Amino acid sequence: MLVPAMVLGGIAAVAAVALGIAARIFHVEEDPRFKGVADLLPGANCGGCGFAGCTACAEAIVRGQAEVNACVIGQTDTARQVAAFLGMEMVDNEPQIACPDCRGGIRATRKYDYAGFDDCRAAMQLFHGPTVCDHGCLGLGTCIRACQFGAIRMGDEGLPVFDPLRCVGCGSCVRACPKGIISIISETTKILHWNRYSECLAPCRQKCPAQVNVPKYIEHIRKGEFAQALMTVRESNPLPLSTGRVCPEPCSLACRRQIEDEPVAINYLKRFVADWEMAQDTRLHIPVAPDTGKRIAVIGGGPAGLSAAYYLRRLGHAVAIFEKMPALGGMLRYGIPEYRLPKRILDWEIQGILDLGIQATCNVELGKHFSIDFLRAEGFDAIFMAVGAWLDKGLGLDEDGLEGVAPGIKFLETYHHQKEITVTGKVAVIGGGNTAIDCARTSLRSGAEKVTIVYRRSRDEMPANPAEIIAAEEEGIEFRFLSAPSRILSEDNRVTGLEVLRMELGEPDPSGRRRPVPVAGSEEIVPCDLIIEAVGQEPDLEFLKSEGMPKLPLTRWNTIDAKEETLQTDVPFIFTGGDCFTGPGLMVEAIGAGRYAARSIHYYVTDGVIPPIEHRQTDLIPASLFDSISGVEEKPKVHEPIVSLEDRLGTFKEVEGTIDEEDAVYEATRCLHCGTYCYDHDLEEARQQAEQDRLQEST
Amino acid sequence: MDLIILAVGAIFVQNILLAQYLGNCPFCGVSKKTGTAVGMGVAVIFVATLASIFTWLAYYRLLVPRGLEYLQTLVFILIIAALVQLVEIFLKKQSRTLYDALGIYLPLITTNCAVMGIALLNIKHGFGFVDMVVYSAASAAGFALAIILFAGVRERLFLAPVPKAMRGTAVALVTAGIMSLAFMGFAGMGK
Repeated sequence: MLVPAMVLGGIAAVAAVALGIAARIFHVEEDPRFKGVADLLPGANCGGCGFAGCTACAEAIVRGQAEVNACVIGQTDTARQVAAFLGMEMVDNEPQIACPDCRGGIRATRKYDYAGFDDCRAAMQLFHGPTVCDHGCLGLGTCIRACQFGAIRMGDEGLPVFDPLRCVGCGSCVRACPKGIISIISETTKILHWNRYSECLAPCRQKCPAQVNVPKYIEHIRKGEFAQALMTVRESNPLPLSTGRVCPEPCSLACRRQIEDEPVAINYLKRFVADWEMAQDTRLHIPVAPDTGKRIAVIGGGPAGLSAAYYLRRLGHAVAIFEKMPALGGMLRYGIPEYRLPKRILDWEIQGILDLGIQATCNVELGKHFSIDFLRAEGFDAIFMAVGAWLDKGLGLDEDGLEGVAPGIKFLETYHHQKEITVTGKVAVIGGGNTAIDCARTSLRSGAEKVTIVYRRSRDEMPANPAEIIAAEEEGIEFRFLSAPSRILSEDNRVTGLEVLRMELGEPDPSGRRRPVPVAGSEEIVPCDLIIEAVGQEPDLEFLKSEGMPKLPLTRWNTIDAKEETLQTDVPFIFTGGDCFTGPGLMVEAIGAGRYAARSIHYYVTDGVIPPIEHRQTDLIPASLFDSISGVEEKPKVHEPIVSLEDRLGTFKEVEGTIDEEDAVYEATRCLHCGTYCYDHDLEEARQQAEQDRLQEST
Repeated sequence: MDLIILAVGAIFVQNILLAQYLGNCPFCGVSKKTGTAVGMGVAVIFVATLASIFTWLAYYRLLVPRGLEYLQTLVFILIIAALVQLVEIFLKKQSRTLYDALGIYLPLITTNCAVMGIALLNIKHGFGFVDMVVYSAASAAGFALAIILFAGVRERLFLAPVPKAMRGTAVALVTAGIMSLAFMGFAGMGK
């Protein structure tokens, strides 16, 4: 018994000594941090990080080949410990999780059925999969088998459902999916994303100038997830409170529901979630990427400037806004009257943006107090110029020097500054845009006897929001359509009336609206004491002539010229967008331009090259436009509470209210989930036709 | 000539995986991708040959003189485990490239029954030193061949329409069985 024990013990001892000696002789000077980091990792050796085991992962982290959060199991806690061990500070960032693009409920019809066909990748090799839909999920569940963390399951609707709590963002499902519809989404990716023709997009998403993911936030509202809904809006629109009030909803003009019913009240829903946050009085946390060390100057604190500043900040850049007016907001503050957008709400919204760490300086004007050269000398890497279009175009009717003629924007702006101004007598407002209506309703509220809007085309051609026109009519504002002002009548240098010519509509002009043609000898007089001209605006680019300004080329519409693809001007570090680039437009267009510029600036200051967006969607995708749609049950649209007429006149109380929670959830159920449900129009029609034929035969 | 016959026999006829059914865990475990299968194969060739030499020496120089043949399993485990560790330490210092290439497969082999099996078979067949080295290397090469072939099959199998009940390990084992049958065709080659 002794001998075998001694032999075994001897061998073990020899092995131990040999190992010990070998460890000495062949000792490799290793960074002691390898072991330290390895001890902090969970030691599961799962390989999810892409390295062979935890030790290899630890080495890679220490060498800087992997991020501190490389471990997919340990997540934030481990990452924080590792970062602390390595003497780094971890900046909080939103965890990256897998998101499928296709979230459809009703599956597209199968092209064929093949028993035992159970892998999306195999299916892809046969005519791009068994379903008719070219973009969407094949539903065979390859991603489910690829997920090592059980975060994906097959939903009732035949689509994978992702559990954000279990998802660690390792990306195995992304690699497994042959359709490329799963992506690991971080906030940065969302901000930098722009629609492409190859995507499955609902018409409202295509039409929105800011490209807000409308179906997604409506779905969140339907489920009662108001915070997620609002965060979805904020991915592409940082001003939901304001847009929720003043946006004319281009999205709802494209709403597929209106083929059979009234469109979904998209903006009421946006306003509801935005107001919901404000009513809670706690701001939702908005994730900001780690600092990049780049500094960006934004000139102009209007919607475009605020939007660009917001997204640039969220991408991790240091942003400073320079504003010439005493407060931020631009036209939102000085152009839109209190009864449409209360200043209290605007202030709350702007504060939320500034809270991200944006520096804002008001009362400084470009060309007067600072120059572009100054900003460059101060170390700004790029400049976003969003000075808006504040200069009123005149009519050219010798109105200069006359008392009782006010340009529209100037009128609204002055009104904002000196609230006590009262308007007396009769007022004629010239123009058909929102500015004209704002001027009319503002003068009516401040004591005008009678207000007339003079517009040279008909009501259908009015560019103002239809809801605004209706409200103005209700309040008793008179409209004179097809009337063009031809002469201003005055007595002792005071306006007494406006001579107008009757017009007829002729051929459509390049903007698609029919051009008005004057009818000879149809002059009429509109008696008035004040004429407000709201016939268009253009950027005030006087500052370009001042010192320290690089030469910026202008377009023939007197706006700053820039490349349409990137919003970059001829001076590479200057970008532009919003009204000063496009001419007066919608607030939501400015917001979209702000984010678009933020994307370009982000790439410009980080990579130096701005990658083009391939197949960028600009027009509606023809395949997504239907003439008819079946199976839509008519459901009445909700209506916003509106302040009674008596309460409106003479006060600046907000006219429209917010819908309540019950109405919001109901309205959300009216959404048809376009772009998230597979709907094969041709097949559906064929099916209906077949059914009709069958019915006819049987009768 | 005898050595060649011995080698061919060890690779094809007496294939350690497909004829002797040893080392099935790495065969199923690391055969999903050809790349990892190659890594595993190379590591096995390297370790099995080295382990066989040491175990053979231990057996004939240590155990046989003392009449302790019955201790071979215990002793072999001890030796293989220590050896793999030693090799790892050595490689880390002397050949970082090889160490990185073998990566995680080297420590995995500590518990590989193919390596153990080859060591035990050497004794069972009563090989001399040279025969033993050739046989060990050839058997391990047979392991590498089988696992690489199998990984190739499995890569394609992944895309194939496999009935639900058969998916994964089930169909892998069936495949292994068929491969084993195919390798039986070599049985006529040797003596």
